Amino acid sequence: MTEKTLVLTDVVKRYPNGALAVDRVNVDVNAGELVVFVGPSGCGKSTLLRMVAGLETVTDGSIELAGRVVNDLEPAERDIAMVFQNYALYPHMSVRKNLSYGLKNRGLPADEINRRVEEAAEILEIGAFLDRKPSQLSGGQRQRVAMGRAIVRHPAIFLFDEPLSNLDARLRNRMRVEIRKLQRRLNTAMIYVTHDQVEAMTLADRIVVLNGGRVEQIGSPAEVYGDPASTFVASFIGAPPMNLIEVGIEAGRAMRDGVALPLPPSHDGALPAKAIWGLRPERARVGDDGNGIPFTIDVVEELGASRLLHGRIGGAEFTLQQDASAPPPSQATTLLIDPRDVHLFDAETGKAL
Amino acid sequence: MKRDRLRDHIVLILGAILMMGPIIVAFTTSTFDPVEIHREGMKLGWGGNFLETYKEVLFQKGGFSGEVTGALMTMNSLILGIGFAVGKIVVSMLAAYAIVYFRFPLGSFFFWVIFSTLLLPLEVRILPSYEVVQQLGLLNTYTGLILPLIASATGTFYFRQFFRSVPDELLEAARIDGAGPLRFFIDFLVPLSRTMIAAIFIIMFVVGWNQYLWPILITTDEHYFTLVRGIKQVLQTYIGANIPDYNEALAMAILAMLPPGLVVIVFQRMFIKGLVESEK
Repeated sequence: MTEKTLVLTDVVKRYPNGALAVDRVNVDVNAGELVVFVGPSGCGKSTLLRMVAGLETVTDGSIELAGRVVNDLEPAERDIAMVFQNYALYPHMSVRKNLSYGLKNRGLPADEINRRVEEAAEILEIGAFLDRKPSQLSGGQRQRVAMGRAIVRHPAIFLFDEPLSNLDARLRNRMRVEIRKLQRRLNTAMIYVTHDQVEAMTLADRIVVLNGGRVEQIGSPAEVYGDPASTFVASFIGAPPMNLIEVGIEAGRAMRDGVALPLPPSHDGALPAKAIWGLRPERARVGDDGNGIPFTIDVVEELGASRLLHGRIGGAEFTLQQDASAPPPSQATTLLIDPRDVHLFDAETGKAL
Repeated sequence: MKRDRLRDHIVLILGAILMMGPIIVAFTTSTFDPVEIHREGMKLGWGGNFLETYKEVLFQKGGFSGEVTGALMTMNSLILGIGFAVGKIVVSMLAAYAIVYFRFPLGSFFFWVIFSTLLLPLEVRILPSYEVVQQLGLLNTYTGLILPLIASATGTFYFRQFFRSVPDELLEAARIDGAGPLRFFIDFLVPLSRTMIAAIFIIMFVVGWNQYLWPILITTDEHYFTLVRGIKQVLQTYIGANIPDYNEALAMAILAMLPPGLVVIVFQRMFIKGLVESEK
């Protein structure tokens, strides 16, 4: 059994006005693991992170960090380090002071503080700006300083709260890779909160998908993408999202407006009369000889490497992603679908069948 | 473009002459002999009595007890001005800190109570204030001069607005770095509001320096007289055939204007910064 850095047990956050922000969440973070909390805004992911940090009180449940329950500890006593969305650098202090302030408050000796600051500066390549103020730094440099402030603490766990959302797209991609490398190098557990499913997929060892304060699914990026537990996960993870079509099940076939759609092979047996049929956009092919499911194309989007075909199967909207090297199909065509790629969800609860 | 600049400068120079004119005339007149001033009125030009007049104003012992000099009055004015400004800043920063960062019952009610005291300037509450100071035995003390004046609704309001603009994440980051309430105040809020402090210091120093009514009431002992009040004292010798020392009164007025002027000139960069930009 791997060692657990953080164990959240039935964690609940209810605000004084009665709003339930986090509803009985159970999550473990293993030593050295990078776990991403992902979900739309208002899903409770940041609240959950802030509860781990000690910035929000815990209504119910327990938060166990490195073997001790920290529910009632001050943030400074918790052995965590946090990187904020807007960095929250201390504007009136030099970079060096920003890094050393927390260590000084902990009463570390000066030479140890210096050693840690130099070490962090070397890892993050910010040695040249140690004597500058944050206002004299670029966005990417500020980001590094914010991470440096976290590194020098040598915490049990890093908490990153949407740290890249203030950067432009190019820098964001670069910093994402750097964060991943850094986490690997330090081999310290990390929780990373984001609403960006691309960040979640690329960074995470495991993804926790949150919706309305509840955990929808926990799994590796491949599991969450390939085997979504609900329609919410299916539509939230992956861009463009999974095609979801309401179908009726008749005699072992999924019917939509008179069009028969294939069912996954494991589900020939007991199925409800209604279901939601799902397929990733890249999992269908254009049929070359008129066989397959009729598909009417409305709009074509060229993305360079690939092409999106927006159209309809029966009355239902459907998007197909195909390689740009494939010949562009005519307006009305047919689709070939492997039944093994098809997902089925309950029409009422949205849970996978 | 060039013509515009020329025009701007002409306007500015005219404005400066208009504003500075009376002060310059007061200064030049103060260098003349009092008899000459009495005979001919305000004068431009150099009277040649500069050193004598100013030396006399600063160091000649006068007053009822014969121990009061201009230098002593300047000192008293400085104590009042600085004590007034520093006191107001300290009190209003602490009040604003409590209001913005601590949840206590009726917090916003108390803020509005403080704010509504703006409607009650000193002149309105002067009798009860005097009574309190008198009963505390603080008449003729620096404490009695300064303490009743240092509560400031304006200052509290400014600092409250400023503290509210400080991002919450800063407080949270500081908490994670182990800064308690006192540390956060000293290590973060005080340095972050330094331009604000400078701006309020200037305003309050000038206001404190120019206090007139309150010092008259509270101090009857000449050793606590301030410069602003001393000017009047000089002119009061206009009895019978005596010619008042116009030159000394004007010299004292000039002296009374110098420190506030210096404060504004020295701090003006911070003052403007504090008023127009809010450094996060």
